[in-house]
Amino acid sequence: MNARDPERIERYGAATRINHWIVAISFVLLALSGLALFHPALFWLTNLFGGGPWTRILHPFIGCFMVAAFLLLSVKLWRDNMLQQRDWIWLRKIGDVVNNREQNLPEVGRYNGGQKILFFTIIVCLACLLLSGILIWRQYFSGYFSVDLVRLGALAHAFFGFVLICAIIVHIYAGIWVKGSIRAMTRGWVTPGWAWKHHRAWFREVTRGIQQR
Amino acid sequence: MPLQSLDVVRRSATTLPSPEVRGAHTGQVAKLIDTTKCIGCKACQVACMEWNDLRDEIGTCTGHYDNPADLSEHSWTLMRYAEYENPKGDLEWLIRKDGCMHCEDPGCLKACPSPGAIVQYANGIVDFQEENCIGCGYCIAGCPFDIPRISKKDKKVYKCTLCSDRVAVGLEPACVKACPTGAIVFGTKEDMTQHAQERIVDLKSRGFDQAGLYDPAGVGGTHVMYVLHHADQPLLYSGLPEKPRISPTVGLWKGVTKPLALFAIAATAAIGFLHYIGIGPNETDEQDEDAARREQEKTP
Repeated sequence: MNARDPERIERYGAATRINHWIVAISFVLLALSGLALFHPALFWLTNLFGGGPWTRILHPFIGCFMVAAFLLLSVKLWRDNMLQQRDWIWLRKIGDVVNNREQNLPEVGRYNGGQKILFFTIIVCLACLLLSGILIWRQYFSGYFSVDLVRLGALAHAFFGFVLICAIIVHIYAGIWVKGSIRAMTRGWVTPGWAWKHHRAWFREVTRGIQQR
Repeated sequence: MPLQSLDVVRRSATTLPSPEVRGAHTGQVAKLIDTTKCIGCKACQVACMEWNDLRDEIGTCTGHYDNPADLSEHSWTLMRYAEYENPKGDLEWLIRKDGCMHCEDPGCLKACPSPGAIVQYANGIVDFQEENCIGCGYCIAGCPFDIPRISKKDKKVYKCTLCSDRVAVGLEPACVKACPTGAIVFGTKEDMTQHAQERIVDLKSRGFDQAGLYDPAGVGGTHVMYVLHHADQPLLYSGLPEKPRISPTVGLWKGVTKPLALFAIAATAAIGFLHYIGIGPNETDEQDEDAARREQEKTP
């Protein structure tokens, strides 16, 4: 996993990986507890958290924890997720993307257009979930807001929760679909072939970096 | 416990019917509050405290007659006093007994995410079942009348039960029993509507030409109704809403969007699965590794 091993290119350091999985586990807990109160058919999920009242108590605290953890992660990932011209071309060729025809796509840096869109989707969703979540956090905050604002908060919270869950399903599936991605986030490294195939511009940057060292 | 009454026509966060074989065959109930007969004695408040064993905290004087100042988990009904100067320049004291209106289409029940925390009986009474309450406060957002109050101590919501325990054994609600002027009466909704009409005829003959019944259609009618001298201006009565209805925001939040959203989530996952089966994973093979190796060697 170090620079001298030509078979491995480091993609995520230990701190980033741990940070990612803290966010990921928080998200799963939030999605389960949120869905439990989202639709009656899923109310049984409250059993995983010790019942309805405990689900209601825990959900917002886990939410705050996740926002804080994601904030740390996003600071690390921010620079590489800035959208560039080539990302828009990549996104326009989404048909080639889903059909595994990567030879038709422009070269990709550390992240592709889809990953960057996901990154900003998460940021927007989390910001809105945090704000709307405060509005409907009855125990501490709802009393300070008008009932119309609380109603709007409830609707917005459900909506952005829904968007985020769909976005993360896409994210998880992308990890399953593009083989070698999960290892990048569990072990931290990818093979040169993986980097060359999926993130060629980044691969060149990294190889040049190794040679210069 | 509540289901065994076998007359539950609506139950929060429940997709299938509840036991409802016992209907209200003698008619749904209603409490009629005649604001024109009310003298503001607060006997109803005391009766409510007594029957329900509730004691609110002793507060401080806020400069008006309302005491306590607002509804709370300990005060399920409250006389609200409004001083209104009519166009003739006379002062009118409009006193309204506030509390749960027992909507035919209850916004609290619609908003509640916990199965069976709010039920509606065949007779029309909307009742909170605190053992199922999770303390989220969504009912507060759902209510068009600002009625439910959450306890800071036990995090459960409380409101007027229309003395469902008394009504179940053929008694009238405690407030009705205590009212010394007959301003609060109780019976079938039909009888109460008819009684109200008689009162309105009487009031009109005495110069209150805008007298009328408050039984708002926006929430399907209510099982607590008012006779108002100024039915054209309910807001005069300490902010009684003019056209109450379940907020469209709540309707959107709790309506058809929920099953649709759930379907969309499942569809997203299903599309992923089908993509994997149909198109398959994106793998890195030896050719890619070779290409990478060649390029690594080339790099100066």
